[in-house]
Amino acid sequence: MSAPLAARLPRLEPAGLDGWMVRLFERIDEDNLAWITPLIRHCEAAFGDALVDLVPSYTTLLVVFDPLRLSPETARHRLQALLAALTPDVQTATGELRELPTWYDARVGPDLERVARHAGMSVDDVIACHAGTDYRVFALGFAPGFAFMGLLDERLAVPRLATPRPRVPAGSVAIAGGQTAAYPMVTPGGWNLLGRTAARLFDRDREGLSLLRVGDRVRFVPVDRATFERQGGDTTAVEARA
Amino acid sequence: MSNYTVIGFRVNRAGPLTLLQDAGRYGVRHLGVTQGGAADLHGWAWANRLVGNAWGAPALEVTVGGLELIAERELVVAVAGADLSATLDGEPCAGWRALSLKAGQRLAFAAPVNGLRAYLAVAGGFAATPVLGSVACVVREQLGGFDGRGSKLAEGDRLAVTAEAGRWPAAGAASAPQPPDYAAPAELALLPGAQIGEFSGHSLYQAFNADWQVDTRADRMGVRLTGPRLSCRIGSLISEGIGLGAVQVPPDGQPIALLNDRQTIGGYPRLGALTPLACARLAQCQPGQTVRLTAVAAERALADYRRFRAALG
Repeated sequence: MSAPLAARLPRLEPAGLDGWMVRLFERIDEDNLAWITPLIRHCEAAFGDALVDLVPSYTTLLVVFDPLRLSPETARHRLQALLAALTPDVQTATGELRELPTWYDARVGPDLERVARHAGMSVDDVIACHAGTDYRVFALGFAPGFAFMGLLDERLAVPRLATPRPRVPAGSVAIAGGQTAAYPMVTPGGWNLLGRTAARLFDRDREGLSLLRVGDRVRFVPVDRATFERQGGDTTAVEARA
Repeated sequence: MSNYTVIGFRVNRAGPLTLLQDAGRYGVRHLGVTQGGAADLHGWAWANRLVGNAWGAPALEVTVGGLELIAERELVVAVAGADLSATLDGEPCAGWRALSLKAGQRLAFAAPVNGLRAYLAVAGGFAATPVLGSVACVVREQLGGFDGRGSKLAEGDRLAVTAEAGRWPAAGAASAPQPPDYAAPAELALLPGAQIGEFSGHSLYQAFNADWQVDTRADRMGVRLTGPRLSCRIGSLISEGIGLGAVQVPPDGQPIALLNDRQTIGGYPRLGALTPLACARLAQCQPGQTVRLTAVAAERALADYRRFRAALG
């Protein structure tokens, strides 16, 4: 017996007057990017000026179009045609490798000790573990240039803080629930802080704006305080949380 | 249209939240940059229309009042959206029509009488340098506004306008509608979404038949509604893009309608999405006010939206 229609993937789900949610996968997997990346390109070509925004995330692509130019029905037919012809693109889906030089230290990473206790590791091992994996960018959100990256070593899958910090400094490198990220700007935040990068993650005056894009590979490279300061890093301390 | 700008107003008092807004920032949502733009698209568009501006012109969004401006030159302006008991040199000042201000005149917004957000447009538009294609001011993202850094208005600011700011609109440019009664119970049109079948039958009945109260936790990111507790078989989803007006239901069962400054992705199940005009209507509702959700078909919502845009450029 075939699966019920609603369970079949990919499928198109209504998302307001001006959008369709393309649901491609059930689970988070790096291989998803090989399908989502070419679909983005095909949408850009097929929708042209009628395209307003494309928001890729772990398992989906939200397609937003101009409802004065296209009806939802026309948009749906175009997307169905694109999905019928979609093939994975492993080559270009591997993304750019971005290195984020990171100063791992209790001064700017006040949750290092607690994460180490949680993981049953030394602080040095936590750092080696976090910096020892290349991550993929699955989605941007929360704030401009904030990249959700995974997947973390399972031992570092620490839940987010019960009470978020009202002010997480820009550049903070953090982990929560199996993912890692770096805060592009000062925002409230509930992730566990391990260190800080001097990299400018979002720059309105730079071509492309965001340093990190969906599909990019990211490597955190440990640097010492002197290097961090030379790169322009801010060494202002953050208070620890119980 | 000339590119040069002049100072149109001086800010005597800024009020708690006065923001420059246009139709929003687009094409950058995949970078985590939100949409922004006028929360009440209808009131904003009418303010612009009444002074003869094309769709998209930057106007001030005055939230709950407290703003006092001094005209620095002769200006043609219009106030639409909420009635915030606006006065001109202390005398009541009619909304929803074009007015001429002389240099030195004082335009003030006191407190809400009807609605929450008033829009002040000036002929030719307020002038600011777009950031990522828009002047929409998003404080949280430090983007847009007069300074490009997402700053709300502050006392002492001098607001730039285009050189056409004193130009009276062409005769018959627009006749205003009857100002909406924002205090009346609002019917909010909602396009059902993909997870609607995951809500219990009883919850769905309640969603579309109960009275919902606008909560005090309401801002440009979203408006919480309080009422019967809705139950959904899914607690959370893998985060995905969220559109304007998405009505998400977190595990506490109380819906949140997401507006212009929402985060770009999120992971709660959704009843669906309010139409753009329903979002505009909700943006004028005060805390404690009653709203109802009404399911609409996409064809109907599209026709309404296209009619609105055709009328307002």
